Amino acid sequence: MTKVASSFTESIKNIKDGDTIIVGGFGLCGIPENAIVELAKQGTKNLTVVSNNCGVADWGLGLLLQNKQIDKMIASYVGENKVFEEQFLNGELDVELTPQGTLAERIRAGGAGIGGFYTPAGVGTPIAEGKEHKEIDGKTYIFEKAIKGDAALVKAWKGDPYGNLVYRKTSRNFNPLAAAAGTHTIAEVEELVQIGEIDPDHVHTPSIYVQELLLGKNYEKRIERLTVRKA
Amino acid sequence: MSDSREIIINRAVKEIEEGMVVNLGIGMPTMIADKIPAEKNIFLHSENGMLGIGNYPIEGEEDADLINAGKETVTAKPGAAFFDNAESFAMIRGGHVDLTILGGMEVSQTGDLANWMIPGKMVKGMGGAMDIVQGARKVVIIMTHTNKAGEAKIKKQCDLPLTGQGVVNRVITDMAVFDFTNEGMVLREALNGHSIESIKENTDADFTIDPSLSGGQ
Repeated sequence: MTKVASSFTESIKNIKDGDTIIVGGFGLCGIPENAIVELAKQGTKNLTVVSNNCGVADWGLGLLLQNKQIDKMIASYVGENKVFEEQFLNGELDVELTPQGTLAERIRAGGAGIGGFYTPAGVGTPIAEGKEHKEIDGKTYIFEKAIKGDAALVKAWKGDPYGNLVYRKTSRNFNPLAAAAGTHTIAEVEELVQIGEIDPDHVHTPSIYVQELLLGKNYEKRIERLTVRKA
Repeated sequence: MSDSREIIINRAVKEIEEGMVVNLGIGMPTMIADKIPAEKNIFLHSENGMLGIGNYPIEGEEDADLINAGKETVTAKPGAAFFDNAESFAMIRGGHVDLTILGGMEVSQTGDLANWMIPGKMVKGMGGAMDIVQGARKVVIIMTHTNKAGEAKIKKQCDLPLTGQGVVNRVITDMAVFDFTNEGMVLREALNGHSIESIKENTDADFTIDPSLSGGQ
């Protein structure tokens, strides 16, 4: 039961107008480049996108913004994107800003079948307004709801035909969480390896969370802030 | 007078003690990393999923898969670990991070912090700041003492939307070091030759003075 799909074109057709999609990546690190480019090409509309950031104006999720495919964005940090700013200020884009740890845990909870959780993050701030407050052992928490996606787009380093995934360095970020919280998870990988090649001890995302697997190509892996020192 | 950033960074690095796990915020706090003495065995935590940030990479050896929370290319030091974001914030909220040093826009005399949003201007988002101020064992804020208009940034109450309520343990500016205790805000140190009088004039908050200072340092 291989999950290797025929093409990005066919796989991305599973995403419909109005869907909620969870997209892995932090900034431009570990983003599913091929899937996003294909989604931009297909022009699927009225999407709710859940992702820590929204790419930059001309790359990553910024491509979907340019096409006005996104109705609502759930994210923790959306600086570095002028298109976002424009659409947000003129009311075209609905934005739900969520603390990063809360966002990660909401997605984790979605994948783990938990309805929500109490967190101290945001207590006493504008984001706590209208949310249930609860005191537990003398500390105040607010209730945050889980997030599930109709689909999830993730990027891994290596994957096998069953859908076991291994990430590389900090490109792991939100990807394993997104994989578990997507009803239909489409994973793209840099290397497709044989079944058994990944040591079971080294699997980051077990195959059960992945519905379709694709070998990506032409990864740009853009760097947002190149910082180096002299040799 | 020396550069205010330098004064702040040089004082802030003293907060970092042997063996600590430290999370540095984006901007001025990131610059503290370079000042940490190599012999101190410090683990820097990065919200995007890393414990043990190393130096910036040597030119040509940068890796797009290895960045810090400010999206800068970094390296991993020996003994580093990578993990997903849920785990990264479990470390933070769970009280496993000893110290965080973050930038600030306003701090109130009761230790409220505002550092994520200016209404009417573009809202970039809070990133991980709201989680970190609740979870780190010690929260140190670094900022200039006054804004560009010369107005106090330490106030009776914050005017800007809060990042956290009563979360700040210490604030370090280019003029002074204050602690937030059960007995209120306390002036601990006067920096860069500032007198207690001049600190009072530039601080719009009620505070007491550490007995070691009242003799006039």
